[in-house]
Amino acid sequence: MSALEHLTDEGRQKLPPRPTAQEIVVTGTNWPGSEFDDDPMIINMGPQHPSTHGVLRLMCELEGETVTRVKPIIGYLHTGMEKTGEELTFVQGATNVTRMDYASCLFNEVAFCSAAEALLDIELPPRARWIRMLMMELNRISSHLLSLATGGMDIGGLSAMIFGFREREYLLRFFEKVTGLRFNHNFFRVGGSAADLPDGWQEDVDKLLTDIPKGMDDLDQLLTENPIWLERMVGVGMIDKELAVNLGASGLVLRSTGVDWDLRRDMPYLDYDQVEFDVISATNGDCYDRFRIRMAEIYESLRIVKQCLENMPDGDYRVQDRKVTPPPRARIDESMEALIHHFKLFTEGFKIPAGQVYTAVESPRGELGCMMVSDGGSKPVRMHMRTPSFYNLQSLEPMMVGGMIADAVAVISGIDPVMGDVDR
Amino acid sequence: MGLVESGKIPKPLTWLMNYGRKYSLWMFQWGPACCAIEMAAALASPRYDMMRLGVIPFPASPRQADLIVISGTITDKMAPAVRRLWEQMPDPKYVISMGACANCGGPYWDSYSVTKGIDQVVPVDVYVPGCPPRPEALLEAVVILQDMIQNEDMAARWRGRGEPIVVS
Repeated sequence: MSALEHLTDEGRQKLPPRPTAQEIVVTGTNWPGSEFDDDPMIINMGPQHPSTHGVLRLMCELEGETVTRVKPIIGYLHTGMEKTGEELTFVQGATNVTRMDYASCLFNEVAFCSAAEALLDIELPPRARWIRMLMMELNRISSHLLSLATGGMDIGGLSAMIFGFREREYLLRFFEKVTGLRFNHNFFRVGGSAADLPDGWQEDVDKLLTDIPKGMDDLDQLLTENPIWLERMVGVGMIDKELAVNLGASGLVLRSTGVDWDLRRDMPYLDYDQVEFDVISATNGDCYDRFRIRMAEIYESLRIVKQCLENMPDGDYRVQDRKVTPPPRARIDESMEALIHHFKLFTEGFKIPAGQVYTAVESPRGELGCMMVSDGGSKPVRMHMRTPSFYNLQSLEPMMVGGMIADAVAVISGIDPVMGDVDR
Repeated sequence: MGLVESGKIPKPLTWLMNYGRKYSLWMFQWGPACCAIEMAAALASPRYDMMRLGVIPFPASPRQADLIVISGTITDKMAPAVRRLWEQMPDPKYVISMGACANCGGPYWDSYSVTKGIDQVVPVDVYVPGCPPRPEALLEAVVILQDMIQNEDMAARWRGRGEPIVVS
């Protein structure tokens, strides 16, 4: 009996006392004393569950509401892209890999193209490198916004979904202007990009730089200090540093545990050593840290975009090597050689010296690598993508075990796996 | 035998029933692959806002849904699950096949694990081509489907299904 009860006791409004066990009559079954009483319950979640971000299927073993074992079952979106990639030339390859991680398509293309470029041993012109950086950072923002939007919806905040998608539309409109498609762009090719940035791209990027922080403020006000959000996220899906490293986790999952590791800074590719940005990391390793890192990384990406806008060099957007890049359309009418090059490039493709290479980029989900083996032909003998979602998904079990089943959706949206990335 | 099966519903009543059905489509909320992101953009983003067409998204169970959008690649491993979802939906039910993968296999025509066309598994009412289709294309598909529902003869639907429609 609490000390304040005499002040708050309002007589008849009190709840009636709980009935004792003898008063509850259970009919129709023999629940008490069943032989299955102590057995754990197996719950199957997915593959069509709305909050599994695709077709992930989880088999959870429950003790009451507590999760005791989890087994992710993958392969529902296995489209055999790595095998298909062996049948496509290096010219066609980018259109295949861009469909792997469909929330951050441009990263797949860059990983694929930089592997082929490393085997070819060609140096990209500065403008091509900076276009890649600009587009990748914008894509990182759109991917994080998608993740925040669907993550918010999973927890039950439909406004978060509307805010996230609203800002994302601005970015997709810019992507459509540049690449012709809203996603699955096939914009970056081996040796540069398919086209130069369109006229007036500076104004568009400038507008994005002012519009996105505005929308981010909405998301920030809605979620960051929302008590319901905190309740669902803080201390949920904990993972410690060593385990995350041992499981091969990368990206946000790794940085949320306190490992300060970002390929953009630690193994710089393109011109990331010439731009200024901070690597955001946290120490708790829970879902709320991952959410905060995601929010902060959007601002860091905006910083990089701003620097790309200011420092974008002039010049070629692809290497001027006719063996790798197709000739301009006008040249085909004038020069027989250009016609032959064009024909050879789009029928047979270009040949790449034999060898094996691994290149990696920091995608929004972590380390996205491409291992490519060439035997000197125009198609890769083996093309393997080291996709971050696949490795991050392994950390699902340590995150979920011991927690409540209701936290499963929060944990999944914290990892943010893209099933196309997991299954390939 | 009920009134609907006998095909003897008076015409104004048919019109009224179809009118009611077409603006209260409940669309099963799920997303297999890339097209699901465009579907989510069509549903949730303020720019497209599919709810103004009377499509109410987000029943999380197929048992409450009238419409299922197959928005993405269906693999041979996933196909039985799609069939089962479709079987759990109450009749009358409609299927929109969204994107090249669901229509015919699309970019994975040569793949060993992709179902080449979801119409091998469930009957499709409207096909939306594209890789991925724009959200506008999905909105168009919903409008076409609503037209189809408005002119639908329930008795004929009971006897057999007509030809599918392709968004052009």
